[in-house]
Amino acid sequence: MLSKYIFYFLSSVAIYAALMVLISKKPIHSVLYLTLAFFAIAGHYILLNAQFLAVVHIIVYAGAIMVLFLFTVMLLNLNIEGEFPKKNIIKFAAVIVGGLILITLIGTFRTYDLEIIKNPTLNQIGLVKNLGKVLFKEYLLPFELCSILFLAAMVGAVMLGKKDIQ
Amino acid sequence: MNSESLILFFIVAVVLVGGAVIFSSFVAPSSKNAQKSETYECGIPTQGISWLQFNVGYYLFAILFLVFDVETVFLFPWAAVMKEVGMVAFVEILIFFTILGLGLLYAWKKHALIWE
Amino acid sequence: MDYSFIIYKFTLATVILIISLVVAMYATLIERKMAGFFQDRHGPNRAGKFGILQPLADGLKLFFKEEFMPQSADKFLYILGPSLTMLIALLTSAVIPWGSSIVIGGTEYSLQIADINIGILYVFAILSIGVYGIMIGGWASNNKYALIGAIRAASQMISYELAMGMAIITIVMMTGTLSLGEIVAQQHGFNWNVWYQPLGFFLFLVCAFAETNRAPFDLPECETELVGGYHTEYSSMKLGFYLFAEYINMFISAAMISSLYFGGYNFPFMDDLGLSHNALSLLGSLAFFVKITFFGFLFMWVRWTLPRFRYDQLMRLGWKTLIPLAIVNVIITGLVLMIKNHM
Repeated sequence: MLSKYIFYFLSSVAIYAALMVLISKKPIHSVLYLTLAFFAIAGHYILLNAQFLAVVHIIVYAGAIMVLFLFTVMLLNLNIEGEFPKKNIIKFAAVIVGGLILITLIGTFRTYDLEIIKNPTLNQIGLVKNLGKVLFKEYLLPFELCSILFLAAMVGAVMLGKKDIQ
Repeated sequence: MNSESLILFFIVAVVLVGGAVIFSSFVAPSSKNAQKSETYECGIPTQGISWLQFNVGYYLFAILFLVFDVETVFLFPWAAVMKEVGMVAFVEILIFFTILGLGLLYAWKKHALIWE
Repeated sequence: MDYSFIIYKFTLATVILIISLVVAMYATLIERKMAGFFQDRHGPNRAGKFGILQPLADGLKLFFKEEFMPQSADKFLYILGPSLTMLIALLTSAVIPWGSSIVIGGTEYSLQIADINIGILYVFAILSIGVYGIMIGGWASNNKYALIGAIRAASQMISYELAMGMAIITIVMMTGTLSLGEIVAQQHGFNWNVWYQPLGFFLFLVCAFAETNRAPFDLPECETELVGGYHTEYSSMKLGFYLFAEYINMFISAAMISSLYFGGYNFPFMDDLGLSHNALSLLGSLAFFVKITFFGFLFMWVRWTLPRFRYDQLMRLGWKTLIPLAIVNVIITGLVLMIKNHM
């Protein structure tokens, strides 16, 4: 069972990288470890027979969001080593947000059909053609709503970016 | 079979690059010197820290890139099946482009696409 | 998975990687020779006849030059940066179909390492993580010139990636597949994509120049203002990696242009020659390399002809010209395909 070993390898890389994100002293190292974690997760997608999602995960998360993170870290000048003093209320808010995500995840996976994970070739939705058909036949409205979300994001970015320059 | 070939290719490439790094670190001479290992700044002593804060313009372009990148990714599944799903999907993509075109136009009019 | 399969893929991988490296080495010589020609001088001509041994001498020199690392650099990332750049440059060649296939003893051996069914997206993904090698190296050097060069490079590469992605989308729309092997196979004979996608080809070409950081888009290493750009603090083989990666990227870009728009290993009248399958495959690979050589030449020709852009001009070209053009190209292609489908 080659895929079993690959699964354990990828999982340990992902967990190690995720821990190092928290432990690293330099913010840039944290960002790079997060990128490594994303790559390991993309590997999991391939094991689940979702190649399109895997590549998109790399393009969007590793290629775009993490570059933005690197820029942010450099922009905010967080390069100085050491711990930043954080207010207790921020820590408290972070715990609540993280906890809520955890509850959502548990709630989702509690009823999840594990048959697909055991037998990844049954799951064909991650292949690009099937995804395209589903997206453009059944989920037309959510797709359009996405574009409005993009519009909002773009306007927000322009507002923020231009305000800082003036 | 194909993903295994890809992994094999990756391993060969890593060995090649890693081998070159290790080989070079063995054969290359090295001498330490306090003056030499200072950061290069045209011969004058280094001024301040080098990990500078940089222009916010780069950040703005990165956010705009992120939005358009996600959009491009959305287009790939459509492009792969466009002949099969037909006219409805095409009209929908036109609406998608119109809304994003508005965004681009907004950025354009706000002079966000100009480098300062 | 049996052993003969592993041996065959391993051999193919090694051969392709070594060919990439040798081509990159000799591309440096050809570039210097051509620069000499354009500037009315000889170019390198001491090492061997016509300087034919110059790349070997350069390679050896890079290995035996002093290793140097600035005191304040981030040690691990300083080494990781150039290695990552080199590795990412090499990875794309895995999905390019270098030829159709060769039949030995009744078994068909494909001349492509991996024909994954999302090949084109794989290339796009490699492209999008290409920023990391330069960003990491430039940041880890802890040098102002290197940092500015790295951020410039990242900003430039992400800006031109968008137009390139949309140019690729029009190819996917026409062929209905994301596999590079199939895209090339569909351009059989003289049925090349460039006849249907001239604007897409032009966009892809311009973006390929920007993505490889070649002139006129070489602002990240613009020597008149940034000393050496992101590799200012590098020496020895680590510098060599950055320089080599540029030539490998050029080679791979030329191969991608040839296989997406100029039919890859296909050439006109290939069915009329009456050759055996193997001879045709070899001739096809040769045709592919002729196309790659032509585009490699184009890269060098442009570099020694056009002056460098200013940064605001670069951004204006990317965001205000190429991206709108790419969107228009997608819409026009869609319209034409829809009309053709309904007739």
